[in-house]
Amino acid sequence: MDEKGAQSTLRFILTAGCDGYADSLKRSVLVALWFMFLTFPIMVIRVDTIENTIDWRWMNLAFVGVGSFVLSFLWRWLLERKELMKGQAARESVVERLLTQASTIPSARLGLLVVVAGIALAFPHMAGMYQTNIMISCLTYIALGLGLNIVVGLAGLLDLGYVAFYAVGAYAYALANMHWGIGFWTILPIGALLGTLFGIMLGFPVLRLRGDYLAIVTLGFGEIIRLVLENWGDVTMGPSGIAGIDRPTFFGIEFGVMDSINYMYYIMLALIVLTIFCVNRLQNSRIGRAWLALREDEIACQAMGIDKTKTKLMAFALGATWAGMAGVVFAAKTTFVNPASFTFWESAIILSVVVIGGMGSIRGVIAGAIILILVPEYLRAFSEFRMLIFGATMVLVMVFRPQGLIRAKRKVYTYDKSTVAGAANE
Amino acid sequence: MSESVLNVNEICKDFGGIRALDDVSLNVRSKEIAALIGPNGAGKTTFFNCITGIYTPTSGDVLVNPKDGSERRVNGMKPNHVTELGMARTFQNIRLFPSMTTLENVMIGTHCRTKSGIWGAISRNGKARGEEQAIIEKSYHLLELVGLERYANELACNLPYGKQRRLEIARAMATDPFLLLLDEPAAGMNPQETYDLQELVIKLRNEYGLSILLIEHDMKMVMSISDSVFVLDYGRLIASGTPKEVSENPTVIKAYLGEDEDD
Ligand SMILES: Nc1ncnc2c1ncn2[C@@H]1O[C@H](COP(=O)(O)OP(=O)(O)O)[C@@H](O)[C@H]1O
Ligand SMILES: [Mg+2]
Repeated sequence: MDEKGAQSTLRFILTAGCDGYADSLKRSVLVALWFMFLTFPIMVIRVDTIENTIDWRWMNLAFVGVGSFVLSFLWRWLLERKELMKGQAARESVVERLLTQASTIPSARLGLLVVVAGIALAFPHMAGMYQTNIMISCLTYIALGLGLNIVVGLAGLLDLGYVAFYAVGAYAYALANMHWGIGFWTILPIGALLGTLFGIMLGFPVLRLRGDYLAIVTLGFGEIIRLVLENWGDVTMGPSGIAGIDRPTFFGIEFGVMDSINYMYYIMLALIVLTIFCVNRLQNSRIGRAWLALREDEIACQAMGIDKTKTKLMAFALGATWAGMAGVVFAAKTTFVNPASFTFWESAIILSVVVIGGMGSIRGVIAGAIILILVPEYLRAFSEFRMLIFGATMVLVMVFRPQGLIRAKRKVYTYDKSTVAGAANE
Repeated sequence: MSESVLNVNEICKDFGGIRALDDVSLNVRSKEIAALIGPNGAGKTTFFNCITGIYTPTSGDVLVNPKDGSERRVNGMKPNHVTELGMARTFQNIRLFPSMTTLENVMIGTHCRTKSGIWGAISRNGKARGEEQAIIEKSYHLLELVGLERYANELACNLPYGKQRRLEIARAMATDPFLLLLDEPAAGMNPQETYDLQELVIKLRNEYGLSILLIEHDMKMVMSISDSVFVLDYGRLIASGTPKEVSENPTVIKAYLGEDEDD
């Protein structure tokens, strides 16, 4: 960078993009004062009830002041920077560019695929049981995220009750196993089918709703399913749940606990591969394009001859299918289900995975699940701050990368005139 | 005298207490370019919405004659069924699918003429692949028709305004219509673009045998390309006929000059 450029950069950093140093400093000072005032009663005054004295912790006041000054300055600076980089924001980020490059060069793509597959396959043998367990739960969220991605990311239907279908799958296996001793592999397709059915069941009444209204109704649906599970004790065993669910067998062979976890891991991995395969094919198909059109502009979509009802129902049904399957796997992994595993909180996390990762983007959803599920697991040391970090991440991503970490890319169609002419002649 | 493809009989449309369309009757003949003109707020867009199923007319009949010769009443039909019958439209305020590519926007138009479903998409069997290839080819040819093939893989929202309007026409063409409804296709275009558009409209009529009904404010364009003109004012059809007849009609001149209306 030449001197002038460096100077202007320095100036920019110092002024946080405001009109002048004085202005930016003034604003941050005001914010700091305001925060000192707000936190004064809790941060500074402490009543010592034993000695009946009051501690004045002025040091804390200084910390709050300096901290909020720095944060406010930083925040303003980041926002301004984002404004300035608006033109560049339309371009891809470094990660996205690398991914795109890697996927356009065939050898790089193959190499990347082999490396990822290798790591994924070897993971349970390299890492311990604990790590594998965490990984399974991460994979579950990837599968759920990819399923919800069909509904929210592709078709643009905000579904806050997605966990209901997950519960349907899990309870389907738990109940069938408890009452009739039916095995995992029989229930897996049935759970998927039940998910589809429930998806259609939810889809019908909400066909006319969109946006916030849709969100509220789906939220209610999720809660209804949970309440039914909780209160219909005769069938679902109520809040105490169902324990002792069989783990999956391998052609009739049963495993010990350790092997069984590894086996679960591979089942989950296979499910993910299947999901990615299907979603990838769907999103660049006639149906997938119809979903996108529905998301982008409902009126134009209908005017172009797309049946809105059918398209919406298909999105709901397919999304729910994956949740149903993931539910069966979840029940088999934990060998225990109860309604507490299927609260709204779960729906919210799955939705966050999709939104933070990047709506409509498979790679984005995977990245989102890894960040939202794995990072908190490894940050157990800061477990009190988990929710805080979670919330902060959400806010930061929404402000600075509203399209998600890895944006969806549309397929590039190459059209070779000569081959088409040849085909026409045949 | 060729037979009519669109026959609208005395339709009315009320919005609460406001009558936006009042007994409008109109007839578009096969392979004709007809223009619907009138001051802003006259009800032209509302008329389009009523005949394409986006609104249901309060009263009256909308009859269309698809190529197979059977007459169909389309009042109250869903927009997608109207499009399936063979009426395709563009929008005054451009309604493309912004985050899809130009080619994909046109591909959407082929949706109602193709069949492959979820299983076809996942299995990519021979039939689905063949259909997909045909969709790509057809869409690409339509892009060539409107001169946008260079932008095939650009996002639709990155196209300049005039090109977006042409893309909307290509997308409408992909639904294989017999009647094309264009809502102010030249709005916001410069004279050169307007001229190119005019050529395109004539080409669509001559080479594809389409009937075209267009709403337009550019009188030069209306007068030079249309076979018949209908004039709306305050929801009423105040005149119709050849461009020459209409331009000499005193009521029309009055409506356009904005003189006081005396009944
Ligand atoms: N959905 C609606 N609800 C209420 N009034 C409407 C609606 N759509 C159109 N109108 C009214 O109908 C009249 C005709 O509008 P429009 O058809 O858009 O005119 P234009 O001839 O400029 O296309 C206007 O007065 C408008 O306010
Ligand atoms: Mg209008």
